[in-house]
Amino acid sequence: MLRFLLGRLGLLIPTFIGVTFVAFTFIRLLPGDPAELLAGERGITPERKAEVMKQLGFDKPYWQQYLDYILGIFQGDLGTSFSSKKPVLDEFMTLFPATAELALCAIILAVCIGIPAGIFAAVKRGSIADQAIMGTALVGYSMPIFWWGLLLIIFFSGILQWTPVSGRISLLYFFPQVTGFMLIDSLLSGEKGAFLSAVRHLILPSIVLATIPLAVIARQTRSAMLEVLGEDYVRTARAKGLAPRSVIGLHALRNALIPVVTTIGLQVGVLLGGAILTETIFSWPGIGKWLFDSISRRDYFVVQGGLLLIAGIVMLVNLIVDVLYGLINPRIRHN
Amino acid sequence: MNFKKTLKATLLGASLAVIAATGASAKTLVYCSEGSPEGFDTALYTAGTTFDASSKPLYNRLVEFKRGTTEVLPGLAESWEVSEDGLEYTFKLRKGVKFHTTSFFTPSRDFNADDVVFSFERQLNKDHAWHEYTPGTAWEYFNGMSMPDLIKEIVKVDDNTVKFVLNRPEAPMIANLAMDFASVVSAEYADQLAAAGSKEQFNQQPVGTGPFSFVGYQKDAVIRYAAHPDYWNGKEKIDNLIFAITPDAAVRLQKLKAGECHVMPYPAPADIADIRDDGNLTLLEQQGLNVGYLAYNTKVAPFDKKEVRKALNHAVNKQAILDAVFQGSGQAAKNPIPPTMWSYNEAVEDDAYDPDLAKEMLAAAGVENLDMKIWAMPVQRPYNPNARRMAEVIQADFAKVGVNVEIVSYEWGEYLSRSKDENRDGAVLLGWTGDNGDPDNFMAVLLGCDGVGGSNRAQWCNDDFQALIEKAKTVTDKAERTKLYEEAQVVFKEEAPWATIAHSVVFMPMSSKVTGYVMDPLGGHWFDGVDIAE
Amino acid sequence: MTNTSPAASADADKVQAASRSATLANLAEFWYYFSRNKGAVIGLIIFFALVAIAVLAPWISPHDPDMQYRDSFLVPPFWEEGGKSTFILGTDAVGRDILSRLMHGAAYSLSIGVIVVIISLSVGIVTGLIAGYAGGVVDTFIMRLMDIILAFPALLLALVLVAILGPGLTNAMIAIALVLQPHFVRLTRAAVLSERSRDYVVAARLAGAGHIRLMFKTILPNCVAPLIVQATLSFSNAILDAAALGFLGMGAQPPASEWGTMLAEAREFILSAWWVVTFPGLAILITVIAINLVGDGLRDALDPKLKRS
Repeated sequence: MLRFLLGRLGLLIPTFIGVTFVAFTFIRLLPGDPAELLAGERGITPERKAEVMKQLGFDKPYWQQYLDYILGIFQGDLGTSFSSKKPVLDEFMTLFPATAELALCAIILAVCIGIPAGIFAAVKRGSIADQAIMGTALVGYSMPIFWWGLLLIIFFSGILQWTPVSGRISLLYFFPQVTGFMLIDSLLSGEKGAFLSAVRHLILPSIVLATIPLAVIARQTRSAMLEVLGEDYVRTARAKGLAPRSVIGLHALRNALIPVVTTIGLQVGVLLGGAILTETIFSWPGIGKWLFDSISRRDYFVVQGGLLLIAGIVMLVNLIVDVLYGLINPRIRHN
Repeated sequence: MNFKKTLKATLLGASLAVIAATGASAKTLVYCSEGSPEGFDTALYTAGTTFDASSKPLYNRLVEFKRGTTEVLPGLAESWEVSEDGLEYTFKLRKGVKFHTTSFFTPSRDFNADDVVFSFERQLNKDHAWHEYTPGTAWEYFNGMSMPDLIKEIVKVDDNTVKFVLNRPEAPMIANLAMDFASVVSAEYADQLAAAGSKEQFNQQPVGTGPFSFVGYQKDAVIRYAAHPDYWNGKEKIDNLIFAITPDAAVRLQKLKAGECHVMPYPAPADIADIRDDGNLTLLEQQGLNVGYLAYNTKVAPFDKKEVRKALNHAVNKQAILDAVFQGSGQAAKNPIPPTMWSYNEAVEDDAYDPDLAKEMLAAAGVENLDMKIWAMPVQRPYNPNARRMAEVIQADFAKVGVNVEIVSYEWGEYLSRSKDENRDGAVLLGWTGDNGDPDNFMAVLLGCDGVGGSNRAQWCNDDFQALIEKAKTVTDKAERTKLYEEAQVVFKEEAPWATIAHSVVFMPMSSKVTGYVMDPLGGHWFDGVDIAE
Repeated sequence: MTNTSPAASADADKVQAASRSATLANLAEFWYYFSRNKGAVIGLIIFFALVAIAVLAPWISPHDPDMQYRDSFLVPPFWEEGGKSTFILGTDAVGRDILSRLMHGAAYSLSIGVIVVIISLSVGIVTGLIAGYAGGVVDTFIMRLMDIILAFPALLLALVLVAILGPGLTNAMIAIALVLQPHFVRLTRAAVLSERSRDYVVAARLAGAGHIRLMFKTILPNCVAPLIVQATLSFSNAILDAAALGFLGMGAQPPASEWGTMLAEAREFILSAWWVVTFPGLAILITVIAINLVGDGLRDALDPKLKRS
């Protein structure tokens, strides 16, 4: 097991170095620069611009900039945001919980609905219920989520007035950030109604973000179940007279879930990509929107640091999934 | 089923229920702002969104614009004197002005000359300890207004007197000092942070003398302020001010209708009619101090001929642009300065929309089958809500006179930088929002010879025009300056370096319960003097 | 090209003829399984209808998609109060007919799908073949490169790439093709690895087949099935991603009637003119559903494991 783990870690190192290189190169290829944007229509003199770029360290040779960047990473320093003048890591830490909360809720929603729906559809294969579930999953799977979000806002916030339009919690509640997770913080604050308000704000964005993963998980679960249900040992169990329920529960499910776990892991990248769209639509103060805005304002170090951090998270989750997979399925480990 | 009606009916019922229910003890005003402030040390930034959240609620300036006008009133300076030669400005400071007491700072003294000197010296003096107090510091507005060339020194005469010495006379100097970058910060707080080694806090936990003090900021979500109890101009009527950051215009409106906020800026033009019809909302409107234009490159053939420029101006259907792009939130422009600005020349006659005439003029100028580029900005600006759409309309108009237009665009920073090029291929859509209400701020910056290769996107340098505006800058008599600027506008129209397109009208929807809100012609959003009726 | 003796080429002709009839038989079998899937057939019909609309748009659309009717801004669909029968789905903010724009937009979305798939498929296959066939350092290098691309969320990477290349449809397609191609590389490489040691490959090698021939003629045809399934998946992903980029203002630029771009322009009207928001999104959804239906059908028909069950 240790060898397996070390092997996977070993694979990560070159990838990580590659990621730092990509992030570094990308921001230097971006056209336009923050100084010009800051000056706006008024314009900026070339001398002034050179001065600003020097302050940002962009006058040094590339190799030295890269070296500084790598050394910075080891000291937990990803540079400073040009716009807010705050360290990139600090900004990330204040915004990440919002995205994490949203993504976690979305994935929980996707798993809690997607897996049972998939199992149900597999067991009732060919029935109307199966067709309905798979039809819905297909629609969800094909959904342009940015449009879906707008529709939900029009309907639930506009016409029905059931949910708030945007934000994380009603402005009436004001309490310090402890964990950064609004659901937890609102409970800790002890303020009446705060938790409910946080939940109400979370509903629509979670649904939007969960749509595609939910559909993918439901489809994946169904086909994995079907495959397992067709295998010999399940047929044997059935033949032995085990009740259908325990056949599904004990034997089939455990084996069917192995590929589903991988699928869930793979959805993390999808979720973080979807977060850019979801956060933009719902004015959700998370890292997706932060990165998108930073790209447009050419906030170099935010883009550089943000890309690295997000890639780091994706890689970490993939590693965890790999290890989990290895734990569940010993065949992989020795491969 | 009419969706719009249903929506309106359901929204009416729920209006303002949320906030009304909790307004028992403290009055809280919620402003749905359009974006996040970059920071709170105003002078570091140039964006209106940042100013709304920093300089306006938190700070004061030596002089202030009278609310709703561009007239200058005493602020932290009670009075001032200008020397005969126009080079020395001496300010008498107000006494007893208190800085905010907050959870992170308790002032030990009142505001005095040290604070003023500190506020400007850090921007002016490259060796000042606070000149580069955070990475990437750029005092861009101060630089952009050419202050480093203009100001020779700032002298503390005594605790309550400060003298600005200039290198040359500058008529708009007092108006400049009412601008956001001239906000006065606390030198004592700066010293305290320097001693604690946390200078960067200066930009994140601000202290000022303004009507509201800073309570907290959750990035991209909420900014909270509380009324400054010892404000020199009297405590505000509202106790708390909250900025709910909501970048999407449609979402802002929905929050306003749902009572989640009281005031919102920048409604989508399409929603204006709906807001007007809503009995629970008040819609304020004001002509913006801005101009949107199409600048030809007067250095490149055939646009170096004024006949060609003039002909194209006749081909632009401004009414179509107002309808399609501004949707009623704009008015056609004929001068380079907006009608609300003093010295606006009413007598100037606009180039009427006349495609036939345009065709004739082009033929007379010997121009046939003209292919040209029109640059469309990739961003929304106050003077141009949708440059691409505007370019499309002009493209269709020009096609009618036989001019084939290709629309090009670049990333905003690139756009700004490339459009400065003297050899630029094509006419560029751009605009300008006034900084201080002085005509010089439009005419010299946008059309003066110094701006060629820079902010003068027409690359236009006309001797007559230049002589007029240069003279107007050194004369202090307003009547005389007015005459000079009026004359300059005639020259401008005759030479047609731009197709003047439009001045936008700015709308501010708010709950009908809000009283005392006055719109700022300079585009800022101020909440002092605002109250909420119960 | 390799030189072959006449005898060998005659043999090759025979083989080709045989393989042609085999292909026909395969096709028939494939169609049998594919057509059993009702959804797939419906999807295919919708897809062909969309292709027809896209191709015929200049002739069948009621208006010029870029024509601005200056007296008809934001006219609602004909069944709504104030609607006009000439504008069946209403008009947008500058008075352009939405139906006509949607019809012309179909060409954008479909060609985005086709072009992206062609680029990512061909680049992916070649890269994957090289990686799988060459092995060693080359393989490691290529696969780490793919890992790096996959470490970024696809949309984020595409966004950054478009920011670098400049917003626009062509650049958006390049960016999307780049973020989608690692899947093809991985698939091809895995297939090559599993096929490489099979008897027929070994036999071909012993018979003196060149590297290129081995890669493309011998190994590749045997891993076509998963690639086709992945290609349809990428097709729908490309359309969705391009629309998302357009929605964020980084994809096709106005006045192009690309659906995502239309949505971005329509966003300010979500409260006042629902039709400008609803229809472009619906068009995207229907197109992607159709392609995914076809994709499911293809997978069922090509995947022997599912065929048996």
